[in-house]
Amino acid sequence: MTLSLSFCLHLSAAIFSIGVYGVLTRSNLIVILMSLEIMLNAVNLSLVAFGRAFLTDLTRDPSGPQVFVIMVLAVAAAEAAVGLSILLAVYRKWRTTNAGEIDLLKG
Amino acid sequence: MSFSDSIFWVFATTAVVPAFLILFTRSIVRMAFLLLGSLAGFAGLYLQLNAAFLGFTQVMVYIGGILILFLFGVMLTQRSDIPVREKVGPALAVPGFFAGLLLMAALLFIALQNPWKTHPPVPVTEPDTPVIGIKLLSTYILPFEAVSILLLAAMVGATYIARVQAPGAPDGQAELSDSNAEGRLE
Repeated sequence: MTLSLSFCLHLSAAIFSIGVYGVLTRSNLIVILMSLEIMLNAVNLSLVAFGRAFLTDLTRDPSGPQVFVIMVLAVAAAEAAVGLSILLAVYRKWRTTNAGEIDLLKG
Repeated sequence: MSFSDSIFWVFATTAVVPAFLILFTRSIVRMAFLLLGSLAGFAGLYLQLNAAFLGFTQVMVYIGGILILFLFGVMLTQRSDIPVREKVGPALAVPGFFAGLLLMAALLFIALQNPWKTHPPVPVTEPDTPVIGIKLLSTYILPFEAVSILLLAAMVGATYIARVQAPGAPDGQAELSDSNAEGRLE
């Protein structure tokens, strides 16, 4: 096992920045949600890498960071479900999924 | 380069390259399938990091669940008169590019400068999955229950928000037939 912590962190940083770029520049709501999922995945990867790198023989409990990631996964699933249902509701009203055209606060 | 090194590189490439290509793709359906590749790469990375349970959960939850949701979202909101294409103008792309670049530089700086007090990797003798199961129902029972309540609330809320409104409701009357078609698809 030669998978080093720093390599995982670099990978995670690169993918997180890709997600940030997507969220900032894209105008379609679905694409923004996809970029959010990419960012969440990058954070999960760094969590798992940290959990593995700081694992010692004395405190051998590998489950802590993984449970953390499981919670993130569950919240991501909830976020995707609610986000896409909001997307559907918005599409019914405005007939568009372009975030720039949805500019009313009043329903 | 050893065999496990090359496997790791394969998974890392599978995670990064599709995520990067998403930035330059304009068809949303194609983006969803690129996202599939990226998520599969992450699953492989988890397997490499001795988190087998997470790897398979990733495949089930993300690829089997969230990605399918995204595809439904794309297909339910497609209009035949407007092609589902995305265009990024320079007014957004340039600031976004620099924001992403700055953030990546900051994260890489932290990752490189911080003297991580890591330990030599502990050899894994048994799978972690039983430990995770026991811990989830003993030590981490409170977050576990909180997340279940959150998922229930999200499910009820998503169903409520995306519901098809009844005839006579104040909104959505004009597009009722179309909405009904969408409701059946769900």
